[in-house]
Amino acid sequence: MSDKITLEIDGRSCKAALGEMIIAVADREGIAIPRFCYHPKLSVAANCRMCLVEAEQGGRPFPKPVPACATPVADGMKVQTRSHKALEAQRGTMEFLLINHPLDCPICDQGGECELQDVSMGYGEDISRFSERKRVVQDEDLGPLIATEMTRCIHCTRCVRFGAEIAGVRELGATGRGEEMRIGTFTAQTVQHELSGNIIDLCPVGALTSKPYRFSARAWELTERDSISPHDSVGANLQLHVRRNQVLRVHPRPNEAVNETWISDRDRFSYQGLNAAERLDQPMVKRNGVWHDIDWTSALKLAADGLRAVEGDTIGCLVSPRATLEEQFLLQKLLRALGSGHIDSRLRQQDFRGDASDPQRPWLGVSIAELEQQKALVLIGSDLRAEQPLLAHRIRKAALAGAQVSVFNYFNVELTHPHQSFTAPPGCLLVELAALAAALELRGSSDAVRELIGLAKPEDAHHALAQQLRAARNDGNGLILLGALAEADPDYTLIKALAEAIAIGSGVRLGYLPSAANSTGAALAGALPHRAPAGEVLETPGLNAREMLTSPRRAYLLWDIDPAADVLDPALAQVALSDAQLVVACSSFRTPALEQHAHLLLPISAFAETSGTFVNAEGRWQGFQGAVAPPGEARPGWKLLRVLGNLLELEGFAYDSARELRTELETLCANSSFDNSARALRPALKVPDIDQQLMRVGQVPIYASDMLTRHAAALQHTPLGESIAVHLHPEQAGELGFAHGERVSIRQGDATATATVVITDSVPKGCARIPAAVPGSETLGAQIGPVALTKARG
Amino acid sequence: MVENQNTVCFRTMHLPPERRYRLEEYRALGGYQQWERILRNRIDPGDVIEELKLSALRGRGGAGFPTGLKWSFMPRQAPGQKYIVCNSDEGEPGTCKDRDILRYNPHQLIEGMAIAGYCIGATAGYNYIRGEFYEPIARFEAALEEAYGAGLIGKNVFDSGVDFDLYTHLGAGAYICGEETALLESIEGKKGQPRYKPPFPAQAGLFGRPTTINNTESLASVPVILEKGGQWFLDQGRPNNGGPKLFSVTGHVAKPGNFEVPLGTPFKDLLELAGGMQDGRALKAVIPGGSSVPVVPGERMMSVDMDYDSITKAGSMLGSGAVIVIAEGTCMVKVLANLAHFYAHESCGQCTPCREGTGWLARVLERIRAGQGQAKDLELLDSVAGRIGGRTICALGDAAAMPVQSFLKHYRHEFEHLIEHGKSMNLA
Amino acid sequence: MSFRTAPLTVARDADKSSLFTDDIRAAIDREIAKYPPEWKQSAVMPTLTLVQDANGGSLTRELMDAVAAYLDMPAMSVYEVASFYGMYDLEPVGRHKVCVCNSISCMLNGSEELIDHVRERYGVAPGETSEDGRFTLKEFECLGACKDAPAVLIDKVYHECLTPAALDKLIDVLD
Ligand SMILES: Cc1cc2nc3c(=O)[nH]c(=O)nc-3n(C[C@H](O)[C@H](O)[C@H](O)COP(=O)(O)O)c2cc1C
Ligand code: SF4
Ligand code: FES
Repeated sequence: MSDKITLEIDGRSCKAALGEMIIAVADREGIAIPRFCYHPKLSVAANCRMCLVEAEQGGRPFPKPVPACATPVADGMKVQTRSHKALEAQRGTMEFLLINHPLDCPICDQGGECELQDVSMGYGEDISRFSERKRVVQDEDLGPLIATEMTRCIHCTRCVRFGAEIAGVRELGATGRGEEMRIGTFTAQTVQHELSGNIIDLCPVGALTSKPYRFSARAWELTERDSISPHDSVGANLQLHVRRNQVLRVHPRPNEAVNETWISDRDRFSYQGLNAAERLDQPMVKRNGVWHDIDWTSALKLAADGLRAVEGDTIGCLVSPRATLEEQFLLQKLLRALGSGHIDSRLRQQDFRGDASDPQRPWLGVSIAELEQQKALVLIGSDLRAEQPLLAHRIRKAALAGAQVSVFNYFNVELTHPHQSFTAPPGCLLVELAALAAALELRGSSDAVRELIGLAKPEDAHHALAQQLRAARNDGNGLILLGALAEADPDYTLIKALAEAIAIGSGVRLGYLPSAANSTGAALAGALPHRAPAGEVLETPGLNAREMLTSPRRAYLLWDIDPAADVLDPALAQVALSDAQLVVACSSFRTPALEQHAHLLLPISAFAETSGTFVNAEGRWQGFQGAVAPPGEARPGWKLLRVLGNLLELEGFAYDSARELRTELETLCANSSFDNSARALRPALKVPDIDQQLMRVGQVPIYASDMLTRHAAALQHTPLGESIAVHLHPEQAGELGFAHGERVSIRQGDATATATVVITDSVPKGCARIPAAVPGSETLGAQIGPVALTKARG
Repeated sequence: MVENQNTVCFRTMHLPPERRYRLEEYRALGGYQQWERILRNRIDPGDVIEELKLSALRGRGGAGFPTGLKWSFMPRQAPGQKYIVCNSDEGEPGTCKDRDILRYNPHQLIEGMAIAGYCIGATAGYNYIRGEFYEPIARFEAALEEAYGAGLIGKNVFDSGVDFDLYTHLGAGAYICGEETALLESIEGKKGQPRYKPPFPAQAGLFGRPTTINNTESLASVPVILEKGGQWFLDQGRPNNGGPKLFSVTGHVAKPGNFEVPLGTPFKDLLELAGGMQDGRALKAVIPGGSSVPVVPGERMMSVDMDYDSITKAGSMLGSGAVIVIAEGTCMVKVLANLAHFYAHESCGQCTPCREGTGWLARVLERIRAGQGQAKDLELLDSVAGRIGGRTICALGDAAAMPVQSFLKHYRHEFEHLIEHGKSMNLA
Repeated sequence: MSFRTAPLTVARDADKSSLFTDDIRAAIDREIAKYPPEWKQSAVMPTLTLVQDANGGSLTRELMDAVAAYLDMPAMSVYEVASFYGMYDLEPVGRHKVCVCNSISCMLNGSEELIDHVRERYGVAPGETSEDGRFTLKEFECLGACKDAPAVLIDKVYHECLTPAALDKLIDVLD
């Protein structure tokens, strides 16, 4: 803080920076000033008038009480927050806030944690002097996540400002004026921004509450447990509210460096999946096509015997990138001790030609907070808001601060800030990138890159972007990020090569948007075929996720995945599994595909039920404890693996606690740092046929990302809970002779499905956007790949 | 009888109505010469501001803030766009003077805005006119076109290298947009919700740029002040209360109207100008500066002079110069209920005391008026008004509170009578 | 970003030439030109007025959405503006609007009698529309014509110093 000045609040001398508001200084000093509209993350509205204080400057008192939230401090200022005048002003506001408030605390969900209730205890007067009729406000249905009781609203406008300033979408507004002013959507529509749930926390009263949580408990019955979100690569810090061994709701835990004070709706509402009927809570074995419950001892013996019965090299392990560091570490230990190097957590990747030259331990490239400082950001192959809601928020902040954001993607992504789109179908997107390289006058170090640059015709937009990158280089604030869709591209290696060339050529940094909570950790845990723990490079790698399916294994170990949804190519995966001799699936859920293809189902703890560690996008290790016991016979994954290791009489499975495991890993990784530079020259590659066929692009919608989320009912009922459809450009649909809403069959090789056509400008010609991991997509092939569409019969 | 009427903003009023607003008539009166003189001689803005300060012109919109001083707050040397904004949102009950400036002397306002723009370093201005003023809007816009056509505004005026563009922005029915920062929000395409100050408009106003906002009458006075000199203007009024001022005299008078008379004119002379009381009724009370200011009992008013300082001494304010005259026999509960209804209806709704408090006041008063008051209601009214005043984002809260407190002070017995007997003591 | 100073624009690629008529679009474009380019939303009030006039005196949800699309504004920002200002009507209205000033100077000179008169003679209370759809009666706060009290705004014309009989004459000639 610069420009230190000194002022006095309630007789206490405080240091402050010029321009700070009184309330911020008081907060830092622990001096409580009541407030409703003020929130440190939102613009100052000064509309509730609860924070009125008495102040004087240079011996001259201000004529009126001033709002502490909107009055900048000055040197020598004296502030009194509890003088007679200040208290009378605060009392006056309190009375006004309560006259039209229903005072229905006994039936209000906010009861016990209501800012209005708390403050009114201190200021409210006993008898209401208001004998007129109270205002009654009609409620709107805001959708499955947020319950409203708008009669309780005190018009602080925090929720409205949240939309405008943080979400960047004005879903809620304040319409009408005076007493008639109403907070709502005006048109009674579902609130759907992926961060909307935060308004539940922002609302100081019980006007906006969690719908799934509604009426399930009173605040004082809940115990709070810290946790870390298991979804995207941010690792949002959470607080789980638990009663009688049930997670009843999830709140953010402030951590400026990670999630600030926000969490995404996925982080907030996915806990509902914990109680889904589809939870696997019992070890089960399939005999003659029928599933039977068995006890753990028999189950583990079956697993151990089964694994022992096949040769080590014929076992493959597909592990979720959301598994904890400890689970991933033990899994690879188990596999490798059994003689198999075939373990992978990159389940949505198909092009592994870059493995040998890939960076040793890839990561975001900057800290999460540093994203805000970027001046030029290039996103390649990312449906950013769906993949990484909170990183999208950071990038939005950068954009509002003037950063130039450019997006190279297969379809237009809706971002809530200014940005430039370079949209092209797979293949052509390479040429778009090459055009940028050409605009930077790069020649390319490999034949393929050179050839692509040769094909490219840079336009003004590419030149302008090249200029931006060069300018950002000078202050070290340029960043190119590769997203989850790029990772699924059949030419991911070429994309990487181009991105690297552009980054090096323009002098900006390169980063990866790791798709899941522990994708970054997987390299440290060794849950990759070409990396041992601590990211050690293995010169003879095992089979990668795709090879394990194209050259089928005799036995598979599946960890927390649904083969019909959590892999790049569900059709391929299911064929491989159906031919296997043994499929052991450790899972928290039963899914139709698991029931069809597995032989043994071992129930493991889900999020919140186990302890562990996630390493987030910026390489931050975040440990957590279990908050509730897993249901039925389900057990924490690391314990299951410990017992299995011991049953198989393997070395190094004698852990007493998860803590011990973590310590071992920490020691192992003590010297491993992250670095995104390619280890070696990229291999010689062939430039693909460009613009030849219709390509499917199957992005994973935000609420399809993982099993827990897919089982969270409320999220599935929001408009973002997509199901299968074929999104086509109008001309494309025209050429194929399809009308909007028409049923078509989709064919990817042998894989087929049917869906309806949606005609939209947001998809370029040559591309069919067909979401992955959603109901109806289970039988389809690779997320990105050639596709044929025909009219469905009948 | 008052002499020296219609010497400033109303100096076209002697012309036949259909000629008053014409460019050639205005030029014949010496119009646009000050603007031309300033530009041709490249007169230093600071000198113009000094002249204004000397004139003791105080803001005619209600607050009475010295106009010269306000202009001097503008960072006129600072680079970047700055704006001059004219407040023609005239909506304060009792006030109807700006409407006549727009209708009968629009060019003088344009000249005043141009000069203001020059003095504060603004090359663009907006005149915010309330949307109901269809005829005045048409007049002003026609005048604007004439001025553009004659090269009096626009680019490189009089080859001086100075640009000045002027636009109208129309309101759409919200009194609160008369509050200067609500007005800026409204021009920015939003609800008219006042901004919390600081920052003040001179630091961050319209579109985030330094901005000066003045009332129509304040701006229209400028060309005459420059023509006749600051000292002349000052001499027209009283020390610290320079110039003539427009008074809208309405209510129970025989000939309601707008009168431009020197500040300091005794109220009784002004009343006489307005034809005296309607139907020979007796004077009961006067609200001397628009509905937002405290009411003054009639007999007290008869000895008050119409200038800022004298009226303040009498316990009220000159405000916008809207003199509302109330005759004996008028139920003061009904009058106050009407005012309270107005403020409740016009509260923008953002800040708690005003949103909740004005409605509360209006309901209690309506209840009393309907004969359902209770003795304790009067304490309540006084206390609720006290909890609004001084605690809101803008002065609408004060405007709602002040009448309540002053009516209770001077006419408490009428309220008590109504509460006790269930009907007004003024019913014949 | 402060919600207060930066306009929240929503970039829309959709073809705008299908919105409104050529004349209205031209009129809107003239309004937009009055403001800095990044402040297109400044034109929302005149745009709503134009669109309301062309729609027989009231606005609909669809029209407000079209205004939002034309001005690259969030729809909510348009709803807020349209519901804030008294001259926008969000419910259908009669062919004419009869707006009686109810503020102090007019009240002192008989505006209440005018309103009561309309209520009795035409059966139309403030906020209501006559059965034949001819006019909607609105109470307006101070019209700024206090010296000509009581004042009534009928559509776009002020009528001053009215008596019930004079008002009848004005209403009776409405089509
Ligand atoms: C609620 C409210 C309404 C106002 N209405 C008007 C108005 O209609 N016209 C006006 O000129 N000033 C009005 N003002 C005063 C303006 O805020 C501002 O002080 C004035 O335009 C400044 O111009 P001046 O210095 O030339 O008087 C109003 C103030 C408040 C608080
Ligand atoms: S005092 Fe009233 S009008 Fe002024 S800002 Fe507050 S609510 Fe709005
Ligand atoms: S917290 Fe300061 S006015 Fe609301």
